[in-house]
Amino acid sequence: MSNRLNVLKTCKLYIGGKFSRSESEHYFPALDKKQKPLANLCRASRKDLRNAVQAARKAQSDWSGRAAYNRGQILYRMAEMMEGRREQFIAELERAAVSRRRAENETDTAIDRLVHYAGWTDKYSALFSSVNPVASPHFNFSIPEPTGIVGIVAPDDYPLIGLISLIAPVIAGGNTCVVISSEKYGSIACTLAEVIHSSDVPGGVVNILTGFRADLIPHLATHMDVNAVLCAADDPEQKKNIQESAHLNVKRVHFYDGTNWMKEESQTPYYIMDVQEVKTTWHPVGI
Amino acid sequence: MSEKELTTRQSLRFDELWSYDPAPESPDYVKIKEQYQLFIDGKFQEPESGNYFDSVNPSNEEVLALFAEAGKKDVDKAVAAARKAHNGVWSKMPAKERGKYIYRIARLLQERAREFAIIESMDSGKPIRESRDIDIPQVIAHFFYHAGWADKLKYAFPGVDPKPLGVAGQIIPWNFPLLMAAWKIAPALATGNTVVIKPAETTPLSALKLAELIQDADLPPGVVNIVTGAGETGMEIVRHPDIDKIAFTGSTEVGKIIQKAMAGTDRKYTLELGGKAANIIFDDAPVNQAVEGIVNGIFFNQGHVCCAGSRLLVQEGIADELVQKLKMRMETLIVGDPLDKNTDIGAINSKVQLDRILGFLSESVESDQRIYQTKCDLPEKGYWCRPTLVENVSQSHRIVQEEVFGPVLTIQTFRTPAEAVSLTNNTPYGLSGGVWTDKGSKIFKVGKSIRAGVIWANTFNKFDPTSPFGGYKESGIGREGGIHGLSPYLELS
Repeated sequence: MSNRLNVLKTCKLYIGGKFSRSESEHYFPALDKKQKPLANLCRASRKDLRNAVQAARKAQSDWSGRAAYNRGQILYRMAEMMEGRREQFIAELERAAVSRRRAENETDTAIDRLVHYAGWTDKYSALFSSVNPVASPHFNFSIPEPTGIVGIVAPDDYPLIGLISLIAPVIAGGNTCVVISSEKYGSIACTLAEVIHSSDVPGGVVNILTGFRADLIPHLATHMDVNAVLCAADDPEQKKNIQESAHLNVKRVHFYDGTNWMKEESQTPYYIMDVQEVKTTWHPVGI
Repeated sequence: MSEKELTTRQSLRFDELWSYDPAPESPDYVKIKEQYQLFIDGKFQEPESGNYFDSVNPSNEEVLALFAEAGKKDVDKAVAAARKAHNGVWSKMPAKERGKYIYRIARLLQERAREFAIIESMDSGKPIRESRDIDIPQVIAHFFYHAGWADKLKYAFPGVDPKPLGVAGQIIPWNFPLLMAAWKIAPALATGNTVVIKPAETTPLSALKLAELIQDADLPPGVVNIVTGAGETGMEIVRHPDIDKIAFTGSTEVGKIIQKAMAGTDRKYTLELGGKAANIIFDDAPVNQAVEGIVNGIFFNQGHVCCAGSRLLVQEGIADELVQKLKMRMETLIVGDPLDKNTDIGAINSKVQLDRILGFLSESVESDQRIYQTKCDLPEKGYWCRPTLVENVSQSHRIVQEEVFGPVLTIQTFRTPAEAVSLTNNTPYGLSGGVWTDKGSKIFKVGKSIRAGVIWANTFNKFDPTSPFGGYKESGIGREGGIHGLSPYLELS
């Protein structure tokens, strides 16, 4: 056994349901917690980001058009797939970032969080919709609809649970997303991409890019077809850059840095509502 | 000449067959001061700079009154008063008492409704029928509706304990001066925030009248502060470090500047911006009702409506009939004195806005678009624009893509529902949309496909305080009105 040479995994980007290398062919090393090389990650370029946004847009109408029941089934399928790979996630987290105990804890919480949001898909709309008693003879109701394409900047401090906590409410609500993974823990994001790929999630609904935030954030924040950006990274300059560029097409921006994603309170339908638009429809009542 | 043509020609002779005697609402009974001060900390205060600007009645170009120009120091004072009122009084007051103050404002407004309607028409140019029957009743309804929320907020948001943000800075436009003030002030107060609000520089009069009413209501000093001025005053509010939340209604252009200015701060903001709504008429629509809806969609308030149905999309099969009927209906519209009860379309709000509208129209002429304007008489003085149709346009034309904010309607035709939706969504805006068809399933399918915050099906331009309003895409962020309009003023945790 000890003589056997282990097989290393090539980590790739996940765009439009396909694993591909960066078109730039640039890469950067991911280190384990002893600062030894762990894997080579693709350093996504602006072109990769644009391809990812395009894939997300292409997937948007199908995903948002699916029955809430179906989206719930698919999120639950993701949880099933993660459970099957529980040991792998624990081992990768332990090697890359944290103690064994914390790795177990984080993996279990992440799986449970997917189950939590799987259950929200067909319920949040009922909670946050309203039939409005207007004073004129009209039937009037308001319902949430997905904002569209959501850019996600993942945090460094919660390699797995941070990613799941950001992605799950976004796709539960019918949005598609482009994720810029943690710079330090991109390899975990690559493994999550494999889970997503094998969970009936249509290609393009979740796109995951590894690379440098400084390379990618400016292009994500200025992209005219991205409707919202959720940022859990805590660099004040990068946050400011996102906010400043957001004005170009009036992107919705939410910052989640400093959130303890391990806590139970860090899963609420209000995260789903952060990337929903409320649509109100009027119709006359009469004969 | 066939009998049909003869009838059409006769019916279009509005000069003789449709004349009305003047029926003006008398302005004698309203009192307008020569000069208005800033309303800060419950008192009327002179601006630090000593500068004043005038507001003009757009229907006769006469100066109505002078208004104080608030600078940085004045805004500082207003924010300090709002902060003090929030920390010391408003946030500590039992919620039901807060609600009672708002009810009191609503009642006082009801008593003075006609006076407010008259000054609103004088300052903004909108017809008295609209200010009397729509604007002011909606203002009152807004205060009544939100008053009741004050002590019920914990029921509105499941699983969280809502708390006020603190001081709200609010900037409002000139198209519905008092109604926009109500949309801003009522929810802010109901949720326990205090307010610094800036009315638009061309229409500050009703806001200052509201300040007098707020004094009469004995609202604690500093809960509502009203500062007047132009864009620079607005930017002082936007940049103020002690304001917790900005609520802006106005153009997308300015909204973007505000959003950019928010970068690097933790301040929350909501933006209610421009629109370029399509009004889609399918061939199975009730045509006569649709014509009324189109007219109301674009000619209501001189077309100075962010959610105006400024793009008519009509299915090919009924295009000729519909446009013919629309033109006949348009010929009956009376443009003129805003205070006359017969007036359908009042004065364009300002010279600047009139020039902007005319700029669009002359560009249309240059690009071979077909312009149709009604033949009605216009008063000699004041700023006026006849109801206007622009045909022979394509999706890429500026007049189809950009907000004109005047009584100008473009007409395009389509063949399939998919084409209609694609044309509808092909602008950066997403505020509202209209769908006309007698087929219910089509309403839901098309309504769902339109990327806009308000869908009017077989109706248009309806508003209600219980009904959330706001945009998708570049038409803004956040909602106003209804249960969804409360959350932008609350910390939900």
